[in-house]
Amino acid sequence: VTRVVVAGAGSIGSLLAAHLARAADVTVLTRREEHAAALREHGLRVSGRSDFTAQLGATADPAALPADAELAILACKGTDLEPLAARLAGTLPAATVMTIQNGLGAEEIVAAHGGWPLLSAVTFMSGTRHGDAHVEYVLDTATWIGPYRGTTEEDARRVAALIEAGGLRAEAFPDLRPAQWSKLIFNATVNGVAALTGLPHDFHFAQTDELSDLGHLVRDLVDEGKAVAAAAGVAQHDDPWEMNVLATRRGHRHFPSMLEDVEARRPTELELINGALVREAQRLGVSVPLQTAVYRLVKAREASYSE
Amino acid sequence: VKIAVVGCGAVGSLFAANLSLLEDVEVWAFDLARSHVDAINRDGLRLSGAGEVVGRPRATSDAAELPPCDFGIVATKAMHTEPAIAATAHAFSDGCVATVQNGLGNEETLAQQVERVIRGTTFPAGKLREPGHVQWDVKGDTTFGPYDERTPFAEVEKLADACTRAGMPAKAVLDARGPQWRKVIFNASTNPIGALTGLTHGRLCERHDLRALVTGLVDEGKAVAAAQGIELDADPEELIDHAARKDVAYDHKASMLQDVEARRQTEIDYLNGGIVRFGAEHGVATPLNAAIQALVKGVEASWTQS
Repeated sequence: VTRVVVAGAGSIGSLLAAHLARAADVTVLTRREEHAAALREHGLRVSGRSDFTAQLGATADPAALPADAELAILACKGTDLEPLAARLAGTLPAATVMTIQNGLGAEEIVAAHGGWPLLSAVTFMSGTRHGDAHVEYVLDTATWIGPYRGTTEEDARRVAALIEAGGLRAEAFPDLRPAQWSKLIFNATVNGVAALTGLPHDFHFAQTDELSDLGHLVRDLVDEGKAVAAAAGVAQHDDPWEMNVLATRRGHRHFPSMLEDVEARRPTELELINGALVREAQRLGVSVPLQTAVYRLVKAREASYSE
Repeated sequence: VKIAVVGCGAVGSLFAANLSLLEDVEVWAFDLARSHVDAINRDGLRLSGAGEVVGRPRATSDAAELPPCDFGIVATKAMHTEPAIAATAHAFSDGCVATVQNGLGNEETLAQQVERVIRGTTFPAGKLREPGHVQWDVKGDTTFGPYDERTPFAEVEKLADACTRAGMPAKAVLDARGPQWRKVIFNASTNPIGALTGLTHGRLCERHDLRALVTGLVDEGKAVAAAQGIELDADPEELIDHAARKDVAYDHKASMLQDVEARRQTEIDYLNGGIVRFGAEHGVATPLNAAIQALVKGVEASWTQS
C-alpha cells in the first residue's frame, strides 16, 4: 500500500485525506495537536457527496511523519504555505511533494525549502468543514495534476489514479499551466468580486441583461486575464468565462474562500491569486486596469480590518 | 413667496427650517415620514450644530394639501425623485422646481413632470437625529442655474436671494453644471471606494495604490465633463486631497459607506452610473466607473440573498 502524507487539514486537505485513506495508508499533518488527536480518536467523517468515516494517522509533529511516505500533498491555504514548507524542511526524504494551492507561485515556495520532486495541482472540488473530524463534500469537480520539478506526466497519472481510487475525481496533464491559468483567472475574478460584493458565486456573476449587471464586469475581468495568459504564452485549458457560467448554473451558491476570509476578517489569498496575476501583467507589459482595481480594493478591505 | 421643500430629510430640513424664518416666505415641507411631519407641526423643525434654528414650516405627507407654489426644492434621495415629483407636480404648474440632490439625471427626471427646472448643487450636510430634529454638520454654499431656456434667470436669482437671506448662501449662475460635475466626480470617485473597502476618506487617500484608483475614476469623470463642454469650477483632485487632511474630513465615513453598513440602497446609479450614462452618450469610455457601479450594485444585491 502506498504511504501518503496530507499536510494541512482544512476542507480540501480533509477531503483528500479521508478519500485517499480508502486506497492508501494516510497520515495527516495538522497544526494543532488537539486536531491530530481528534482525527486519531474519531477518524475523519465525510458527509455530503460521500458518506463514510476514514481511519487515518495524524500528528502535529513533522518529525513523526513516516519517513517512507512516497507522496506528500501540501493542502494548506496559500497564506500558510511558507511556514508549512519550512516545517517540512529535512523531512519526507522519499516523497514526491504536490502543491494544490490557488494562484501562482506555490511550487517555488516549496522548492525553496527542499529538493523533493514536485508535482503541481489545482483543484475544483469544494467542501465545508464541520469541526476537526468532519468535512462535507460539496462540489465533486476534479483535481488536475501535472509535473513541475523532477517529475513526469507518468508520475502525475499515478497520483491521479490513486485519488480516483479513493473516490474523488482527478486528471493528469503533461503541462499543468494551461489549467492553472484558467483557474487563476477564474479565481482572481470570481473570488475578488465575491469578496467585494458579499455575493456568493451565484447567477449574478453571469447576468448581462442590464448594462450595469455584474456579468459584464466579470467578463471584462476574465478578458484582461486571458490577455495576460496570451502574453505569457500559455494556452487556456478552459475558458474562465465558461467555467463561471457553468458554475453559476449548478444551482449551488458557492461561497469562495476569499469571501469567507473577508467576512471573518482573516488574511486572504489575494497575493497568490490577484497579486500574482497583476504582477505577471506588469512584467509582461499588459494593461489590466480592472484586475488592478479589484486587487487594490480587496487589499484595502484587508487593511480596514484594523478600523 | 411660497416655497415647498419636497423630501425633508437632512438637507431638505436645512432649507425648510432656515427659509421659514423669512417674513416674506411661506414654507411647506413635504415628506412621507409621518412621525417627522407630525413632530414638525407640533414642535417646529429644529436644527442644531453648525447653527441653532427652530423653523416653522407647514409640514404634510399629503401632496394634495400643497398650495400652488413659486418654487419647489427637491431634496429626496436620487432614486425617489420620480415618485416625489409625480406626486407634487401639481403645486408647481406656475412655479420653478430646483433640485439640490446628489448625482446626475435629477433635472431630466423633474423636467418630465414640470416646465421650469433649476439645476442646483449644495454642500451643507447634516443628519436626521430624531423626528423634527436635524443635526447640521457643515455649512456650505449652493449654486443654482436654469436647466434650460424655459426657466427665467430672474426666477433663479429670486430663489438664490431667498436662500442667501435665510442663512443658506446661494448664487445664481447661467451654467450650473460645473459645480454639479465637480461634486459628482468627487463623490463618485471616493464614496464607493469607502463603501467597498470600509476605509474612511483619510485612510483611503493614504494608500497610494488606492489613491491612484481614485485618480483613474476622477480622470474618466473629467473626460465626460469635458466632452460636454463643462468647465469644472474646481479640480476634484484638490478637493479630495483637502478633505483627506486630519483637520478636515480624515475620519469621515462616506455616506455610501454608512448606507452599505446600514444596508440602505445607495445612490450609485446617479453617481458612477450617471458618469457612465453621460459617457456613453458622448462617446467617452468609463470602464472604471462602470466596474465600481457594478460592484456596489452587487453589494446591494447581496442583501436580498438567502
